[in-house]
Amino acid sequence: MIKAVMMLNTQGKPRLAKFYDYMPVEKQQELIRGVFSVLCSRPENVSNFLEIDSLFGPDSRLVYKHYATLYFVLVFDGSENELAMLDLIQVLVETLDKCFSNVCELDIVFNYSKMHAVVDEIVFGGQVLETSSAEVIKAVEEISKLEAASNSISLVPKSVSGWRGR
Amino acid sequence: MEQLKTIGRELAMGSQGGFGQSKEFLDLVKSIGEARSKAEEDRIVLSEIDILKRRLLEPDIPKRKMKEYIIRLVYIEMLGHDASFGYIHAVKMTHDDNLLLKRTGYLAVTLFLNEDHDLIILIVNTIQKDLRSDNFLVVCAALNAICRLINEETIPAVLPQVVELLNHQKEAVRKKAIMALHRFHRKSPSSVSHLISNFRKRLCDNDPGVMGATLCPLFDLISEDVSSYKDLVSSFVSILKQVTERRLPKSYDYHQMPAPFIQIKLLKIMALLGSGDKNASEIMSMVLGDLFRKCDSSTNIGNAILYECIRCISCILPNPKLLEAAADAISKFLKSDSHNLKYMGIDGLGRLIKISPDIAEQHQLAVIDCLEDPDDTLKRKTFELLYKMTKSSNVEVIVDRMIDYMISINDNHYKTEIASRCVELAEQFAPSNQWFIQIMNKVFEHAGDLVNIKVAHNLMRLIAEGFGEDDDDADSKLRLSAVESYLQLISEPKLPSLFLQVISWVLGEYGTADGKYSASYISGKLCDVADAYSSDETVKGYAVSALMKIYAFEIASGRKVDVLPECQSLIEELLASHSTDLQQRAYELQALLALDARAVESILPLDASCEDIEVDKDLSFLNGYIQQAIESGAQPYISERERSGMFETTDYHPQDHHEVPSHALRFEAYELPKPSGPPQASNELVPVPEPSYYSESHQPVSTSLVSERESSEIKLRLDGVKQKWGRPSYQSTTAASSTTQQAANGTPTHSDAGVGSSSSKPRSSYEPKKPEIDPEKQRLAASLFGGSSSRTDKKSSSGGHKPAKETVNKPAAVPKENQTPVQPPPDLLDLGEPTATTVTAMDPFKELEGLMDSSSQDGGSSDVMGLYSDAAPVTTTTSVDSLLSELSDSSKGNPHTYQSQTSKGPNTKEALEKDALVRQMGVNPTSQNPTLFKDLLG
Repeated sequence: MIKAVMMLNTQGKPRLAKFYDYMPVEKQQELIRGVFSVLCSRPENVSNFLEIDSLFGPDSRLVYKHYATLYFVLVFDGSENELAMLDLIQVLVETLDKCFSNVCELDIVFNYSKMHAVVDEIVFGGQVLETSSAEVIKAVEEISKLEAASNSISLVPKSVSGWRGR
Repeated sequence: MEQLKTIGRELAMGSQGGFGQSKEFLDLVKSIGEARSKAEEDRIVLSEIDILKRRLLEPDIPKRKMKEYIIRLVYIEMLGHDASFGYIHAVKMTHDDNLLLKRTGYLAVTLFLNEDHDLIILIVNTIQKDLRSDNFLVVCAALNAICRLINEETIPAVLPQVVELLNHQKEAVRKKAIMALHRFHRKSPSSVSHLISNFRKRLCDNDPGVMGATLCPLFDLISEDVSSYKDLVSSFVSILKQVTERRLPKSYDYHQMPAPFIQIKLLKIMALLGSGDKNASEIMSMVLGDLFRKCDSSTNIGNAILYECIRCISCILPNPKLLEAAADAISKFLKSDSHNLKYMGIDGLGRLIKISPDIAEQHQLAVIDCLEDPDDTLKRKTFELLYKMTKSSNVEVIVDRMIDYMISINDNHYKTEIASRCVELAEQFAPSNQWFIQIMNKVFEHAGDLVNIKVAHNLMRLIAEGFGEDDDDADSKLRLSAVESYLQLISEPKLPSLFLQVISWVLGEYGTADGKYSASYISGKLCDVADAYSSDETVKGYAVSALMKIYAFEIASGRKVDVLPECQSLIEELLASHSTDLQQRAYELQALLALDARAVESILPLDASCEDIEVDKDLSFLNGYIQQAIESGAQPYISERERSGMFETTDYHPQDHHEVPSHALRFEAYELPKPSGPPQASNELVPVPEPSYYSESHQPVSTSLVSERESSEIKLRLDGVKQKWGRPSYQSTTAASSTTQQAANGTPTHSDAGVGSSSSKPRSSYEPKKPEIDPEKQRLAASLFGGSSSRTDKKSSSGGHKPAKETVNKPAAVPKENQTPVQPPPDLLDLGEPTATTVTAMDPFKELEGLMDSSSQDGGSSDVMGLYSDAAPVTTTTSVDSLLSELSDSSKGNPHTYQSQTSKGPNTKEALEKDALVRQMGVNPTSQNPTLFKDLLG
């Protein structure tokens, strides 16, 4: 089972954190900090795996991938395969890349709820739900389309145009 | 420039629609992103919290605004601040009809609340409604929320709807419903135990994605109870075969691999089912061999499958060819440059080494390279491997390495683990007691406070008891060496407390025993310890007791005792100590010093720590006194347990009884249906297979026949498929595969030949490739792996025996497996055999594919059984045909029973009740007044 999905930037700020078992806010912060301190002490060109029993309890492993300014992190237990989880991160990143065409940290920050929608399509209640990025994108698009349709109020923020004029 | 980019991004975002946010939020995110320090970030967030608190109190907030506030709350909480003041608004948002708002509400609620939160009760009703929605996105959102928000008590409230959704026409919904059910099973297995057959049923879903999702719960179920799923082995194998032969639609490919995640799950399940089961292992071996040949080891995911195959092989009873293939795959992993693959290789090696111990020898240099790798993860994995392959011939090298590594790391968690492993290995394989004590000293010195206290006690006992043989000379040598090593160590600064306790005890007991060290020397050292660690009372206590023993031995042997001045002052200090324990020890010491030799000897005899002390627990010597007291009119003693027992029956219970109802008032509505509602309903829902499973668990012997028949009914489609492939085709391909494998390997005899002279041979085969191998490394390799050459011989010969033994064990399993086909007439397995030869011309998978396509075209008939009844004519047996149509009828009938259940069953009543309760409490889902909620939740 997957225990958590996290995206942290290289300064240790969480950009997205999803825990599939309930954790109180303080515990979440502690885990995020713990994960980051382990990650940033890893040298380049080493394996992407970590055994992280000290933070998440016995038999927990962590797989991470470092893209530009972001760490993508998956925490899971022995019932998943490390290499497969590494590819799941790949799926996630590919999907985001297609969603935002050339994804970068800012996209993730500013599209907070869309990010969650994407992650929810890939991991569901701690289990891998979908691994085809095309399918995920289809589902997310469908959601946004229906949301737009069911939405009587305009959601294009006025503020963007306002900001542009600034 | 940076800013321009940002603006560009935001413009782009505006066009995406649906997910846009206002400038305020963007500003917030931006300013947090630019914050220089944690303090600055906190300040920004706190002011944001202030703003939100004020805003949320405003009346008539437009929904769009509200949605954004919620997102901001989520964001704040992700940064580690408390957003609980806004939870109620998120809950309210889930009630909204607008999909966007509803989804936002669910998202926030799943992130905010845990399943036991008080607000959950307000959401359950909404979830129930949404699960019945026509819009599948709403249903999906609700299912998503269920996974996080439903606890044991609320499961019955949503269970019927979730079960109903298992037959939803959208495969995305079916998939999620299965996973939700899986989640329920994890949370409270008893609440869904009667629905487990649904997982089996969904395994035959005509959407491969749904089938894949079913594997997750089945994996859990099988790992809990392997034996009742043995009948599915051939189904899983045939699914895996179909997948690897690319029978799935192209859209399931990932990096040119067909549905790799499904393959991995299947392999994991097969590993569970095949462990210790010769029959199952044989069924699997063919497809595993195929996988080894087919897997593309150039991609990450291909290697993931290869690794999973290795894992599977290490669990089942593999044939030699599979083992060889696994060993080859491992050596490929280990030779790779990627650290990830090396890690997997080491892990695989650690698993395979249990089956064939000589396999590690070919890879000794690779293992040593990994041991010296800068990558910590790899290093730890390698230590795990070494731990698994430790034996008495290499224990010294391995433990030395482990200790060096233990000293070098700071991570306390892992330090503890590796220290306990060192101790375990040392206790198990120690070549000499001397060495053992040295190792223990090192472990205590560097990880003393992390070691289990039992280890210290074991060490003390070992020193006291010696070898256990009647070799007093060796014992006293051992003790002397321990004392000497401790006297050397004792002056080191900052020793761990536990280690000092051991040292003090040993010095007290044996410090002067040999006559080499004088009593005053030892007692001086002990006083130093007590002085240097004056804040540690336990150590002080040990030190004082040790002093007491030393003086006692001196007195007993008739020598004159002069108490050192520092010792005297220590005693005086302790006489006035705050700790009663220390005080008592000091008084005892003082008293002892005043006694004569004979008395002292009987109090503390020399080297008597192992003698048993008899304790009269019943205090029988007081009997006379008690008798006297009772005779003179005293009350007899009543034991404490009896006294408290009386309390419980008289006082505690009624009080308890009164309290519960008043406190749990709110939950009553949900608890009501539990005994009567869902379990019954579902009994009716799944008429055919379910009752038999139920009974099977209760009386496995009598009903096993029936249940086996019935379980085969569920998996029937797949089994029929497998049978059509028939035995001949299996055999012919096995032969082919074996030859190709041998050819591919080039030197297939290598590992066999290497057994005899293993220590030298594999190394020489490596040398040409790596001309300059560090001689030190080679030495290390020889010491790690070399000693095993003689042992491998033994092992390999015992390996020869092993299969024989297994076959002896097997008959117990075989008849059971064989029984299935010979059983009751309507068993489908029976006809599989005859048709196997006649239908071989037709490709069964093609048929299935065709069926999948056709069913997706007409869209309506997603019914599996219906699907099968279409396929049935192929098998051309009337009795089966009728059975199938019967089956499909009953399963077609199912949806109706579901509906009727939900419409007139207890659920609507329950919903009404709940609704009434909610209204009664002033909580109207659509009300705009947040203060009402506040009153309620206070």
